[in-house]
This record gives sequence, C-alpha cells and structure tokens, in this order.
Amino acid sequence: MYLVALLATGLLIAAPAAAQNDVQKKIQTDLILAEDGSTVDLPAGTIQLAGSLSLQDKKNVTIRGAGVGKTVLSFRGQTEGAEGLRVTNGVNITIENMTLQDSKGDLIKTMNVDGITFRNLLVEWTGEPKTTNGSYGLYPVQCQHVQILSCTAVGASDAGIYVGQSKQIVVKNCTAYHNVAGIEIENSIGADVSENHAYNNTGGILVFDLPDLVQKKGGQVRVFNNLIENNNLDNFAPKGNIVARVAAGTGVLILATNDVEIFNNQLINNKSLGTGIISYFITEEPIRDSLYNPYPTNIAIHDNTFSRVPGYPTRKGRMGQMFRFKLRFGKNVPDIIWDGITDEKAPASQRTVCLKNNKNATFANIDAGRNFKTISRDATPYMCDLPPVAEVRK
Amino acid sequence: MTTLTKKMTFLACWGLFVAIGLMSMSRTPAPTAVPERLSAYGFFAGNLADQKPAEGVVPYRLNTPLFSDYAEKLRFVRLPAGQGARYNATEVMDFPVGTTIIKTFYFPTDFRAAANGRRLMETRLLVREAAGWKGLEYVWNDDQTDAMLAVAGDRKTVTYVDAEGRKHEQEYVMPNLNQCKSCHNRNEAMTPIGPSARQLNGLLDYGQGVENQLAAWQKRGLLTDLPDLASVPKAPVWNDPATGSLNDRARIWLDINCAHCHRPEGPAGTSGLNLSVHEKSPAAWGVQKTPVAAGRGSGNRRYDIVPGHPEQSILLYRLESTDPGVMMPEVARKVTHREGVALIRTWIQSLD
Repeated sequence: MYLVALLATGLLIAAPAAAQNDVQKKIQTDLILAEDGSTVDLPAGTIQLAGSLSLQDKKNVTIRGAGVGKTVLSFRGQTEGAEGLRVTNGVNITIENMTLQDSKGDLIKTMNVDGITFRNLLVEWTGEPKTTNGSYGLYPVQCQHVQILSCTAVGASDAGIYVGQSKQIVVKNCTAYHNVAGIEIENSIGADVSENHAYNNTGGILVFDLPDLVQKKGGQVRVFNNLIENNNLDNFAPKGNIVARVAAGTGVLILATNDVEIFNNQLINNKSLGTGIISYFITEEPIRDSLYNPYPTNIAIHDNTFSRVPGYPTRKGRMGQMFRFKLRFGKNVPDIIWDGITDEKAPASQRTVCLKNNKNATFANIDAGRNFKTISRDATPYMCDLPPVAEVRK
Repeated sequence: MTTLTKKMTFLACWGLFVAIGLMSMSRTPAPTAVPERLSAYGFFAGNLADQKPAEGVVPYRLNTPLFSDYAEKLRFVRLPAGQGARYNATEVMDFPVGTTIIKTFYFPTDFRAAANGRRLMETRLLVREAAGWKGLEYVWNDDQTDAMLAVAGDRKTVTYVDAEGRKHEQEYVMPNLNQCKSCHNRNEAMTPIGPSARQLNGLLDYGQGVENQLAAWQKRGLLTDLPDLASVPKAPVWNDPATGSLNDRARIWLDINCAHCHRPEGPAGTSGLNLSVHEKSPAAWGVQKTPVAAGRGSGNRRYDIVPGHPEQSILLYRLESTDPGVMMPEVARKVTHREGVALIRTWIQSLD
C-alpha cells in the first residue's frame, strides 16, 4: 500500500514537461499527417496540453475522443496559442465525443471550413464563472454548413456557443450555462437554433448583427423549441466587448438583425428582457460602416410561452440605469421589449416586430429613440403575421 | 455481337484503360521526399553553422523586420537558375516556381559582442512549388552540426545577454508545420510576408561594397520589371527616426508585425481591424474601433486605439501582454517587444 502510494507520487513527479511535450507533439503530428477521409482517435484519459492543437487544409477528417468526460483535453496552464483546438481551411470536418477545458482563449475555433460538425462535446471553463475565462467555447467563424449537435458549453466570458459570420447553421440539443451569452448567432445567414437548454447565463440566446465586419447583413434565423430560463447571472464579460452590455436577465436578444423567427420557446424567469428587440443605437456606439443596417426588421415572435415571477430587473450597467431611471417598470417588467427605433426611410409596409399567440406575454415599446417619451405597453398594433423564415438546408 | 464478345470487348477496353492508367502513373515522378536534414539542400558552403551562402543563394535583409522574441535572423533566397522574381509595387515579389526562401533564427551569446558566438535555433523554408508555397521547419541540434525536419515543432530554453548587458533566460518556441499558415496566409493560400519592394529597398553589403538590394537583384537577373528606383516605395526602419516620421515608422512596424493576419484576406480579417500600411481609414486601423471577438483581450478597454491615450487602447494592452489569451500576435511570441511597444505608445500618444 505504502509502496503503491510512493510509486504513484513518483509517477506524478516524473510526468513533467518533457512527457507532456511528447504527447502534444504526438497528437499534433497525427493531426498534420492525417489523410483526407481519416479519423484521428484521441485516447481516453486527461491529456494536459501546453499549447494549441491545430488541423488545417483537410477534407473529411474526424477528430474523435472516447466520450465526454472520458477523453479530456485540458489546457490549464497553457503557455502557447490562444485556442485549445483550431481548425482552418477544411471541408467536412467533425469533432466529437470529448471534453475540452480551460484554454486561455477560445476552446475550439474553426475558420473557413465548409461542413463543420461539433457533436457530443463538453467545452468548459471549470470553477465559478469568471472574467479571466476564455471567450468562446465553440467558435465557428466564416464557415458554411455548421452543425452543433448535443454539445454543452460552460463558463465562457463571452459566448458558450458562438457562430460568427457563417452560413447554413444548425444548433440543436445543446446546453449552455454559466456563460455571459449561452448561444450567440452573429452576422450569420440562415440558422436554426432549436431544442436547446440555455439557463443561468447572463443572456440565453443572442441574435446579433454588428458593423465593420466582413460578412454583413445577417438574418434568416429561427429560434424555436428551446427552453430558456433563469438567465440572470451577473455579466462577467470583460468591458469593451459587445456582450458586456447584455443585461443580466436576458432570455432572447435580437440586435439589428433581419428576418428572425422566435417561436415555440419556453421563456421562464429571465428577469430583465424575456425577449428584447433592439437597434444598434442602443449600444451608443458610433456607426461608420456605410453598408451596415442598424435596424432590426421582420422579427416574428409567436407561440412562445412566457412565465416570470414578479421582481425587479437588473440594476447594473447601462441597461440597469435604463430600467431604473427611464423605464421604471418596478417589478412588473414586460416580457417582450422593443426599443421602438425604426428607419424613417423604410417603406411604410416594413415591419419591425410581429407578435402572435404568445402565452402570458406582456409587451412594451420603450420609444428609446425619443428619450423614452412615450412608453407603450399596448401590443395590439404589433399583432401581425410575417412569412415564415425558411428552414436551414442541410 | 454476342454477349460474350461484348463482354470481351469491354474487358479489353477496361484492361487498356488500366494499362494506360498505370503507365501514366509510372511516368509521373513520385513526390520527392522532404529531406530530413537541412544540409541535404546544399544552401550553404563549408561549415553549415557558418551560414555562408552557396553559389546562387542570395542574402537579403528587410528594413523593418518582424519581431521574433529578440531572435536575430539570417535571410536568403534561392531562385531557379535563369529566372527572376517579378516586381510588385505593393506586395511581396512574385517569385517563380522553384524558389526557396531561407530564414535562420539565432541568439547571439551576447548582443554586445558578436565574437562571443551564437546559437542557431531553427531554419524555416518557404518553397515555391507549382501548387503554391509550402512551409518547412528545421530545428538545429545542440551540436550545431545540422538542423532536422520537425513536423511538430519544438521548444527550447535560450539564454543570452541583451544589448544593455542584462541576462535573459527564456522559452523559445519553434512552430509546427500548421503554424506556418497562422501567419503566412492570404485567403488560405500560403504566402511569404517579408520580401516586398518597400522592405527590400535598402542597402546591403554583398562583400564587394554596399548596394541597393533591388538594384543588386536586378543586376544579377533575380528581379524583372523594376521601375526607376526613385519611384519604388521605401519602408522606413522602425527604430531609426532618420528614415521616416513617427507615424510612418509605427505604421510599418504594425504592418510587418500584424498585417499578415490583420488584413481582409488574412486570418484575422474577421476582426475588421486592418493594420496594413495600405489601409487609409483610421476606423479600419483601429481608431475608436470596438473589438469584435477580443474577449478578455480587451483588458476592459473600449477601443483598439484611443488617440492620445495609449493607456486606454486595446492595441497597446495586447502588445504588452504575454498571456496567451490576451497577447498579440497570438503565436510566435513569448516576450514583449519593449522597444516596439514604446514606439506604438509614443505614436498613439501623438494621435489626435
């Protein structure tokens, strides 16, 4: 018994940087030499990595672990590279069945990949949610045909699951908690976000369109059959990032995006903005991108179920100030809040928001464009239909 | 025709196809294996570690080079016999297929005394093949007799005395083959970064006196289409005020250190921040620009560059940091470029 303990201690001491470097080199070499069409299997066990791993210029390659909690890539103490795993310039790449933890920056970033599937992954920053955690758990950017299936994201100081500047996206059966944003779709075209559980984040599901980016005019996003509850976590994003402005207590937030359909969701106990629809002007940032459209349009919110225990919204940040000094809703905070800012040059037929068949939903147009002068809680003018947003082609 | 003869004909045709296929396969030269050792290329004459270029291998230097953790660099290019690179006024020269760009990284034992020797760390190759550029990494052995191909890169501890006489011990990381494209990447195609007209437009001693590099290349047939030298852009030397204004020196430092990624066609194009020397819009090179996916790299600051306020600028925060989740560039740097940071700080201070 004593001997075993001694041996074990010896092993722990003897597994230092050199061995770790060898494991890193072995996996990285496998990824570099992987033939198109092959699978790179990662063994069970906790693998400590000091630097990023990368896969690039490959077709039809799968990186597969032995299962969530079985194969654990830990980047705690990482000294090189910001990401855990980085995939660039690929076609039909799948990453599945493993846990990735505690990278300095993003856990998995994929860029310029046509056909990227994340399946059955746990990406997490361990411990309490904190500002020093990395930004994104899963981060496909400038990708096409993105599938994020049965993944869990925890602890991101920006977004747990973040899809940026991409096309044809499915996020399904995923779980996100203890992130600033649970799931975020940004400057992306064609996304189906369904059957997910977003809870205990600052904001549950965000659909954003931002200026100055390569891919512009995001839209055609459907958010449906999700359970979005108790997203009341204090915002812990580093300032300067757009998500640092998201109010604690946000269920769904649509920023300056066009053609978004939010339906059949359960939105429960998100204390500030059950569902918010806002223009970019709310950020109070200057707009210098002449091709950017700061107004949300064609936002359909129908057949959702809202439920909220009466209580105060967040008091923190600019949004908190707005609630306290401008909106003064007290504990009776409306479920659906629209900033009321519209493009004066848009045709009269242009709709910003259409509401229908929402259970227990209350509404407010807060007239933010005229310093909250005429706050209206009457939803009747917004009872209308919009053509359904098309399903994402697989 | 009977079914049988049909079948026979089919089989014969198929056989012929296979035969032709095999023949054409055997005629295609097998892909040449990548040499395991740097010495196999014959780039250098005499003792390999002396890095004395062999016939046809030409040394060059850049006016403002990329910072690489204080490593010094020896640069060479070998062009295929009888062919020259084509001049390009704004980007890297158009090098012909068969070109190899060679860069050896080393640390002097003492930056104040070259005679005290040096330690060669790695030699990186960029090889121009018909299909495009390919990157290769060779790591020098401790005996300094040769450098070996290192697919997965390597890391070593280096010690040196800097120009002010301070002793340093630092981790030095050599890239794996994937990491070449972290920087050498334009629209996902591998591409060289350094040898542009503006960076080569400077003097070098070729052993027979000092010459302008572009003129020397042209004279030796290594460069075609060179216009009148007076019309060729010239990059200032980042730390020599005699060569350019503060603004020009800061912009070229950002260009060579950042713009290989931070340009619309580069890996950091997604950020919307373009640090190329060609970018004219202050908003695009960072003035009052909000970050996109900086995460804690923002350091709680709001804009990439706040004119007059380096201490409020995200750009400076990320250049100063050595935390892998914060620092820029995000690879190939373990220590802060103190003098470069000082330049950028002074420059941001001067903006209004």
